Parts: sequence; structure tokens; C-alpha cells
Amino acid sequence: MFPILSKEPLSPTITRFVIYAPYIAKKRQAGNFVIVRVIETGERIPLTIAEGDPEEGSITLIVQAVGKTTKLLCSMGVGDHLVDVVGPLGNPTEIVRDSVVACIGGGVGTAELYPITRALREHGNKIYTIIGARSRDLIILESEMSACSDYLFLTTDDGSYKRKGLVTHQLKDLLDAQVEFDAVYAIGPLPMMKAVSQVTQHYGIKTYVSLNAVMVDGTGMCGGCRVSVNGTMKFACVDGPEFDGHKVDFDELIKRNRTYGDFERESDRRYCETHTWERQEVVK
Amino acid sequence: MSLLNPLKPSERMKVPRQESIEQPASERKENFLEVSFGLNEERARVEATRCLECKNPVCTEGCPVGIDIRSFIQAILQKDYVGAVKKIREANYLPAICGRVCPQEEQCEAVCTLGKKNPAVAIGKLERFVADYEMENGLFTVPEIAVRREGKIAIVGSGPAGLTCAAELAKLGYNITIFEALHAVGGVLRYGIPEFRLPRKILDLETERIKALGVEIITNFVVGRTATIDEFFGEWGFNAVFLGTGAGTPHFMGIPGESASGVYSANEFLTRVNLMKAYKFPEYDTPIRVGKRVAVIGGGNTAMDAVRTAKRLGAEKAYLVYRRSKKEMPARVEEIHHAEQEGIEFLLMTNPVRILTDANNWVVGMECQRMELGEPDDSGRRRPMPIPDSNFVINVETVIEAVGQAPNPIIQSTTPGLNIGKKGTVVTDDAQRTSREGIFAGGDLSRGGATVILAMRDGKRAASAIHEFLSTKRTNHEEDSPLYTNPYCQYIS
Ligand SMILES: Cc1cc2nc3c(=O)[nH]c(=O)nc-3n(C[C@H](O)[C@H](O)[C@H](O)COP(=O)(O)OP(=O)(O)OC[C@H]3O[C@@H](n4cnc5c(N)ncnc54)[C@H](O)[C@@H]3O)c2cc1C
Ligand SMILES: Cc1cc2nc3c(=O)[nH]c(=O)nc-3n(C[C@H](O)[C@H](O)[C@H](O)COP(=O)(O)OP(=O)(O)OC[C@H]3O[C@@H](n4cnc5c(N)ncnc54)[C@H](O)[C@@H]3O)c2cc1C
Ligand code: SF4
Ligand code: SF4
Ligand code: FES
Repeated sequence: MFPILSKEPLSPTITRFVIYAPYIAKKRQAGNFVIVRVIETGERIPLTIAEGDPEEGSITLIVQAVGKTTKLLCSMGVGDHLVDVVGPLGNPTEIVRDSVVACIGGGVGTAELYPITRALREHGNKIYTIIGARSRDLIILESEMSACSDYLFLTTDDGSYKRKGLVTHQLKDLLDAQVEFDAVYAIGPLPMMKAVSQVTQHYGIKTYVSLNAVMVDGTGMCGGCRVSVNGTMKFACVDGPEFDGHKVDFDELIKRNRTYGDFERESDRRYCETHTWERQEVVK
Repeated sequence: MSLLNPLKPSERMKVPRQESIEQPASERKENFLEVSFGLNEERARVEATRCLECKNPVCTEGCPVGIDIRSFIQAILQKDYVGAVKKIREANYLPAICGRVCPQEEQCEAVCTLGKKNPAVAIGKLERFVADYEMENGLFTVPEIAVRREGKIAIVGSGPAGLTCAAELAKLGYNITIFEALHAVGGVLRYGIPEFRLPRKILDLETERIKALGVEIITNFVVGRTATIDEFFGEWGFNAVFLGTGAGTPHFMGIPGESASGVYSANEFLTRVNLMKAYKFPEYDTPIRVGKRVAVIGGGNTAMDAVRTAKRLGAEKAYLVYRRSKKEMPARVEEIHHAEQEGIEFLLMTNPVRILTDANNWVVGMECQRMELGEPDDSGRRRPMPIPDSNFVINVETVIEAVGQAPNPIIQSTTPGLNIGKKGTVVTDDAQRTSREGIFAGGDLSRGGATVILAMRDGKRAASAIHEFLSTKRTNHEEDSPLYTNPYCQYIS
């Protein structure tokens, strides 16, 4: 049993949880994730470890409510517990040193990017961070990201906050302004990571992306998370989740991730029929 | 001749082998209830009278864990079913499981003296009968642990190898902790073998019996990630480690189209159904996509389980595609027979070459090639060769690959000094010792894919080796050796 120690809304659909998981807290590194099962009848879903506190024995998860499992989780609070949390899984991020890097986060991907950005900061890098979201209320971790970046840029699709446009527009502008990046770390929706990889490929900049394949065990046992990288089959949970963005077959993964679309909608519909699910108020 | 058996040996040979009572194929292909109900008491007693009570009971030699089969059958004749199961448990702590899934026809029953001219004694069914009798009547008693020994042992993986090693060492009085990566105990017994062959209730009860020996089980713990083996020896204070992590990483054929939606490894398909209970969606959240027409590739137990599961989940057509003939199938004879009864269509001498997909990357068919058997290969089996221009397409929506698996590399890659074999297995000697002192291994991890009973034999052997290792260490050192008192000490070699 893994008790929830604290809970804080970050956006109308994104919530930060601190969970008691002492072994994981001790071992986790930037880029690792956990597999969580919320209730006995629940699904196993992967969530990135945003932070860890070995002293307190806790880990931080930042969760966007998108479907049944994440909505259920976001409806839970202090005193509740998750039935299973296993990790830390996946390879830790390759952290470059003393370089100029761009950290690009889209939507809840910013939560996954946050521990990496912090680690990059600790390794003497100069960091340009770009955070994008559909609209203002979906921008998360602005102050946290600002604290570990040298420059922070924000974009919204609808222009409701800071720059109107996509993260790739901001990236292109920086490249046009002759910023010479040694590496780019991009985490967000697949189309966003694909677009970033296309831009950086043109400039020959090493680009790390984190692939959100559908997972079950997260330990290399089912092969459900397989992705094509450089034409060969990889298991995102054990060979990744980060890969060279220039070698990933994004289109294939985008299609594969639709495998259970109708089931997901069915689960979500049933959940929303019997539970009141409300977007949460956030004081920013 | 024994006084227990009223029949003369010549009469015993005339008694027909007693068959299990089974759920009719027409009913069972729609449910997940157990296929075989086993022998009832009457049939079990008749079956027991068939045993010739050989002076040289070769059956015991045929059993990988050396169960005293003659004695337990004698106990059945005396109606002492609890005595029978106690006898079995001396050699095999999980009789209700082995009685169900052991390939008896290749082991104890293959060598049974009666079997030379007549059908062999149904040893596996008798084993299951007494185990079920004990379970149904709540007659299990925890074996007494005579001595408590110092020494903390970590068992990694809760499959049959790990469970057996844990039980044996616990009976010897050691302090045992099992670490399991998944959220539930049992390894393949939990996530692979379906409910209709091994009901979860039985697995749960057998697990409770392991716990009753004082064994602690920690789930959700991936050794190599949550903590490493070296940390086990260091800050965790373990004195020995047994690795029983199995061979869980699935192979794929490497043919075009494998990334499509609708292609599963048998592991994923079975895990979703067995571990995650996807067949109860939406009561359980995990989805599974079965489709109306399913092809399972392979000829082993895994393939058989996957195809029979697909049928139960509503597939109208369930094909089993195998590139050799039925004779070469590695699956248990009983399972092949059950699959045929349930209406599984066997496409033999057939090899898939390509999975066909539509524009959205969904499976729409599978292109196959007919095969013929050529010269024997290194393994002595005749090598299947493609027949030119024999390609044909089957219309399927789901493809499940059961074409073998390899050990998961997480532990091997995080434990320096472990000798690794060609196929990713951990190399051990006959006593299950690895190249690193204090680390033992067995089951599918050291064998590649094998069987439940061989995993158990390895677990038992490793338990003796660990016992010897810890006892000789002990005699080599003073009573107050830091090995036993300081939980932070490293191994002293
Ligand atoms: C390595 C990794 C790290 C992740 N980290 C985070 C994080 O820190 N915060 C966060 O909010 N989300 C994260 N995700 C995504 C998160 O796992 C999904 O949002 C979640 O599984 C959705 O489940 P659901 O039942 O709420 O929604 P559903 O309606 O079931 O699914 C919505 C979408 O989520 C994806 N998804 C569904 N089931 C799974 C599954 N078992 N495994 C992976 N993806 C699935 C699918 O693309 C699906 O279309 C991560 C995913 C991966 C692979
Ligand atoms: C579908 C299927 C059907 C089968 N049918 C039969 C049959 O009818 N009869 C028969 O005799 N054999 C059968 N087999 C083979 C048999 O199940 C295996 O040989 C046997 O289970 C091997 O046991 P094991 O203990 O070595 O490993 P496993 O049963 O594979 O158990 C290994 C356990 O270790 C855990 N683990 C792995 N890595 C780690 C880690 N790093 N940290 C912690 N835990 C870890 C796994 O989660 C798993 O629970 C079948 C196999 C399959 C897949
Ligand atoms: S464990 Fe297997 S081989 Fe041994 S007696 Fe039982 S069925 Fe036969
Ligand atoms: S070999 Fe067969 S007949 Fe002989 S004791 Fe064993 S089970 Fe009985
Ligand atoms: S999630 Fe099962 S292999 Fe990656």
C-alpha cells in the first residue's frame, strides 16, 4: 500500500501528488518512471517520477487527468493510498555536461521534463527552456522550471498567455538567432516530439525524446510497449523510455497508441456517469 | 504383494486407466472454469489399485523432484489421503499445481512399469486428487520447523523455482524474503497459465502455505532497479541470494507488420487476461482486443494457452499456426488434445511470412507459406523448409506470437561478475551455484524456457546448496562471525 502524503492542483486537470514509496525514493534518477495501479480492479499505468525525497521516503508524481485511471487517481486525496507502485523503471536520462541545451515541454510532458532539467542544471549546462500548452491554464510548473533554467519561454496555442504559437516556432527563432544547441530534450505529445525532431534533424542537433508507449508490466515482459527505432524493435520500458528522436518512427507509434481508443472512451464514459468529475480550481 | 491391494498383479493389469471427469468441450470453450475436475475418490481408489508396487519403483526416478510415488499410492489404498499428500510434500511443496501442469507423460508416467504394456498409472491425477482432497477438507497443517537457523536469504522471483527454494529453506529454519516484480505472486503460474488449467484459488492457497512457513513476500519490487543484488549483500544484510526470475522476455518473429495494432506477444495477451483480468472488462479496467478471427503462432504450451484463451474470449475462428507437424509440437499432449476438442483449427507445416495491415496499421490478415520437413537439424528434429510458391493469406484481426522467450536482462546487467550464457541465461553448476559466491540461480532463468517441475527441482537443489554454503561458512567462522551478526557486512570469501 502506498499512501498519498500530499496533493496539490497545478492546473484544472493536472495534479501533483507526493506518495510514500521509500525504496523508490532512494533509488530514483531523472528520467525514471513508476508503474502505478490505483485500485484492485485497476489498470497498470506509467507515470514519471518528478521528484524524490529519500529522507521522507516519498516520490512526487504529476498527473494529468485524461481518462478513467488518471481521473480516478486525481479524485483521490491525502489518506487514500494506491495499491501498487513499482519502480524506478526505465533508463535514467543521459545527462550532458557543460553544454548548451534546449528543454522543451508540451502539456503534462513538462512534468516529465522537470527532473531532467534539474539534473541538467546540476551538470553545468546552459539551459533554454520552452514550455508549450494549448492555453494558459494548462501551463504547469512555470516557477519551478524558471528556477532551473537560464532562459524560459512560454507558448500557448491560443495565445492566451505569452507567445501565441507552438514550441517549434520558439525553437526555430532561437536557432535563427544563432543559439548553438549541443542537445535538445523534448517531452510532450507525440506530434510535438516529432515536430521538434524534424527541426533539430535539419540542424544536426542530438535530440532526446521520451516515448509514451502503452505499457503493462514496465519490465520488459510483455512487449506491448514496442517501438521502432532506427528500423529495429525496442521495448520503451527497458530500452527507453528516451530515444534518439531522429531515429524514432513516430507515425507508427501514434497509430499503435490508438489500439484501445474505443475501450478507453468506454471506461471514461462509465466513470464519468457515476462520478462527478470537475476541473479543479487553481489559484496561480 | 502388499496386503493393502486386494488385486493380484495380473488382475491389476486388467483394470482400465481411470480418466478424469471433464467439463464438456462445448460448454468450456465459453468459460474460464477448470477444464478437468480430476478423479473423484472412487476413481482415484480404483486407479491406485493399478499400481504394481514395484520393488524398484522407477517412477520415482522419472520424477524430477523424486516423489516417493509408490508410498503415496499405498497411502491412497489405505484411504490415508492426508498421509499421501504429506508424503508428496516431503519432495514437492506444490502438489496441487504439479498434479495439474506437469508433463507427466514424459516423466513419471513415461517410465512407470505398468506402462510398458498397459496405460501407465495416472500418477499426476492421483497427486492432484490427494492435494485437492486436503484442500477441500481444510486438512493442511504447516510442517513443523525444528530448528531456527541464522542466515537471511533473498529469493528473487516468485515463480515455481523461487517458491520452492523459499519453502525448502524456510523448512530448514532460515529467514526468507521473496521479492517479486509484479503485484501478484506466482510467475508464469499467475500471468501465463490460464485459470481454466490452474484456478487462481489453488495458486493463492499454495502461496498462503508458503507464507505459513514464515516466508515474507514483497511484491512490486524489481530487483536490479528497486535495489541491486550488491545492495542485498550490503546494507540489506542478506547472506545468500537465489535468482529465479524466469525467462519472461518475449521473442518476436521479425516479420513485417509486427508493430500493427492487433499483434500481441503471447505474454502480453495472457498477462492482460490472467493477471489483469481483461476478460472482465469493464469491471476491470485493462482492455484486450480479441477480434473475430485470431491466429496464434507457435506449438508450445504458451501457444496452446493463448489460442484456447482467445477462443474463450469469443473468437469465432482460432487458428494455431505451426511450422512443423503435430508430432513435433512441444506442448503437452493433453493440452493439444483439449485444444482440438475445443475447435481450434491447426494450420500445420505453415510458417507466417508477413502480417497484413490497413492504412491505420490494424491487422487485416497474415500471409503464410507452406512448409515440408527436410533433413534433421542439429537438434535431431527435421528442419522445416518452405515450399516455393505456396503462399496464401488467412483473414485474421489478431495475431498472437508464442515463438519463445529469453531471460529478462535486468538482473544480469546490474550484477557484475555473473557468468551469462549464450541466450542470456545465467550459468550455474549442478548445484545451481553461479559464478558469484553466495548467488544461486535456477528455473527458466538458467534453462531458457523449461517446465514448472524442473524449475522446482532447481529451487530444491539451490536450497540444499545454500544450506551447505551457509553451514560451512558458519563452521569456518566463530559463532560471533560478523557474517551473522552485522547486517551491513559484505561476504567473506
Ligand atoms: C514512460 C511514461 C511516463 C509517463 N509519465 C506521465 C506523467 O508523469 N504524468 C502523466 O500525467 N502521464 C504520464 N504518462 C501518460 C500516462 O501513463 C497516461 O496518461 C495514462 O496511462 C492514461 O490512463 P487513463 O486510464 O487515465 O486514460 P486512457 O483513456 O486509458 O488513455 C488515454 C491515453 O493514455 C495512453 N495510455 C493508456 N493506457 C496506457 C498505459 N497502460 N500505458 C501508457 N499509456 C497509456 C494512451 O495513449 C491513451 O490514448 C506517461 C506515459 C509513459 C509511457
Ligand atoms: C503460457 C505458459 C504455459 C506454460 N505451461 C506449462 C505447463 O503446462 N507445464 C509446465 O511444466 N510448464 C509450463 N510452462 C513453463 C513454466 O511455466 C516455466 O518453465 C516455469 O514457470 C518457470 O519457473 P521460474 O520460477 O523459473 O520462472 P517464472 O515462472 O517465469 O517466474 C519468474 C518470476 O520472477 C519475476 N521477476 C523477473 N524479474 C524480476 C526482478 N528483476 N525482480 C523481481 N522479480 C522478478 C517475474 O515477475 C516472475 O514472477 C508454461 C509457460 C508459459 C509461458
Ligand atoms: S511432480 Fe510431476 S513428475 Fe513428479 S510425480 Fe508429480 S506429476 Fe509426476
Ligand atoms: S512404476 Fe508404476 S506401477 Fe511401479 S510403483 Fe511406480 S507407479 Fe506403481
Ligand atoms: S511494458 Fe511490457 S515490455 Fe514494456
